[in-house]
Amino acid sequence: MTKKASLLAGIALLALASTADAADKIKVGFMSTLSGPGAALGVDIRDGFELVAKGEGGKLGGLTADISIADDQQSPDTGRQVVERFTKRDRVDVITGMVFSNVLLPVMPAILASGTVYISPNTGPEDYAAEKCDPNFFVVSWQNEDTASAMGQVMNDRSLKNVYLIAPNYPGGRETLNGFKRTYKGAIAGEVYTRLGQLDYAAEIATLRAARPDAVFFFLPGGMGTNFIKQYVSAGAQQDARLYTPGYSADEDTIKSVGEPMVGILNTAQWAHDLDNPANRKFVADFQKAYGRLPTMYAQQGYDAAQLIAAAVRDTGGRIEDKAAFRQALHAARFDSPRGRFRFNTNNYPIQDYYLREVVKDGAGRITNKTIGKVYTDYADPFAARCKMK
Amino acid sequence: MPLTLLAEQALNGLQLGLMLFLLAAGLTLVFGIMDMINLAHGTLYMIGAYLAATVAEASGSFVAAIAAAVVGTAVIGMALELTVLRPLYRRSHLHQVLATFALILIANELVRIIWGAQPIALNMPAALSGPVELAPGLRYPAYRLVVIGVGLAAALLLYVVVVHTRVGMWLRAGASDREMASAMGVNTAWLFTAAFGAGAALCAVAGALLGPLLAVQVGMGENILILAFVVIVIGGIGSVRGALVGALLVGILDTVGRTALPALFRALASPEVASEAGPALASMLIYVLMAGVLCFRPRGLFPARG
Repeated sequence: MTKKASLLAGIALLALASTADAADKIKVGFMSTLSGPGAALGVDIRDGFELVAKGEGGKLGGLTADISIADDQQSPDTGRQVVERFTKRDRVDVITGMVFSNVLLPVMPAILASGTVYISPNTGPEDYAAEKCDPNFFVVSWQNEDTASAMGQVMNDRSLKNVYLIAPNYPGGRETLNGFKRTYKGAIAGEVYTRLGQLDYAAEIATLRAARPDAVFFFLPGGMGTNFIKQYVSAGAQQDARLYTPGYSADEDTIKSVGEPMVGILNTAQWAHDLDNPANRKFVADFQKAYGRLPTMYAQQGYDAAQLIAAAVRDTGGRIEDKAAFRQALHAARFDSPRGRFRFNTNNYPIQDYYLREVVKDGAGRITNKTIGKVYTDYADPFAARCKMK
Repeated sequence: MPLTLLAEQALNGLQLGLMLFLLAAGLTLVFGIMDMINLAHGTLYMIGAYLAATVAEASGSFVAAIAAAVVGTAVIGMALELTVLRPLYRRSHLHQVLATFALILIANELVRIIWGAQPIALNMPAALSGPVELAPGLRYPAYRLVVIGVGLAAALLLYVVVVHTRVGMWLRAGASDREMASAMGVNTAWLFTAAFGAGAALCAVAGALLGPLLAVQVGMGENILILAFVVIVIGGIGSVRGALVGALLVGILDTVGRTALPALFRALASPEVASEAGPALASMLIYVLMAGVLCFRPRGLFPARG
């Protein structure tokens, strides 16, 4: 009998403890790809995210940040287990971190059904941009088509008439090529979809060269892109057709592992480390100081996801248990993004500028990205009009 | 399809096939002679690649890296055989599968602890990083040519050892009838350890050579192990010749499937269907081949036991 009573008392205490929790800290479930060929992306998002909390002494917007970090191994199955833990056991206030749409899409229904806010620091799928837009779903990075559409525009401007397309066979890959085709007006020499996670592109490169395109537009995030560029160059193919890509495969992580052959690759992104604004100078300096390397667009996206949460917490005065007010604060949040102008559209996807960058060897002999122009100003994705936000 | 493209794809298929052969040869010997299902064979491939990457990083020499990987992995392989696998020979296949699967998990976790969860770099030698002009209009990566050369040399060496030496005779005798071979005075205990070490060394060669083309990372062994199993099922378990033929078939079929099938689908169906069904079917092709072989020749193309 006494045993039972003490057990009950224990449960009551636990319940008390967890209600007390909600007011004085914010629980963040951070799940990203931290192992395998996509690991460089997840690691940069994580490091960018943690940089904000570190800068605030372990807090986000004045509330102590309890960030639990998990690896989804780029697998939807592992992702499901982690989400289960975040929503049912840890009862986190916000989930963020996922890199790949093939992980995000299968786990998102469970996250949204639990009423938890999700902030995407990377993939921005078409699914939640149009009719299925959700008040709990925010994308702080871009819609999957955006950077590719910007590159389509660039290639029109450069009068490229016969372009070969290559991307992995998963939602992010197909949406990226759709985005490219939305703006690009020339002929398509070939359109190839490879297995997600494929690392040997010998057969694809041979076929590509036989099609004799003017240029190649490829979207192969993480280790896939690193391998593709190396193999493309070692086959001597870049003399025939230059490589163009969204910024994902031409950022500092890829440059570090590929090196010299990257020089000359044009890429588009919502941000660059040399953008001249105070927030960016601070971000790049802080990131370099903390981690000893230049940040990538992934790092910037993770950084802004944390900045967004911090701003919303601050604006609600820390009362994040009022979910409607918290969501409203997230949608309206104002913070100094390193990318410059940024705000949410009606579908909670960004309206922002897109830049053209080129990988160059700078005066100090360092190979890095240089901003060479702006492609779009205040660009909004083409799906927002179909979103009737509840 | 132009002739240069055909030649290039044939070389690509040959390169993939020869690397699969290096893995499948060890697997088929272990399976054929010792009647042992070793799921941890891919783990030896991973260990070989990690050792090569570490030595290459420290010494700057790719040749030294391969040599160190071969010796190191063979020693690790033989140690594993003596300590963990030997007690399992008399057990059922289920026990062997469970135990060697545990080895995979342990090895992956150890690699994660020692080298970290992210892939590590193993770069090809700078001298081989460019293309070679084989014929007018046919430029092929020099490194892949070297991979093909090493693969052919290893296959030839294995052929000579298995067909023309006394050790090879014991191996073949062990594969076709283990009890009889041991009754005729073949020291099977020693033979098994040596065969396991040789299989591990071949894994290390493949791991070190493929490292710069793929990625040196945790779990790299499991993906390729599945292909190696497909190869030995097609070729016939226990037969080195079967492993060679099976590996080349799988290598060429995979290359052809990845490039020709999507093009074929585009010609026949709408682009949407082609982009969905083409790659999906291409990745299934080798399994379709395996199913076909199992259907008509259940013991593989070159069965080791009559």
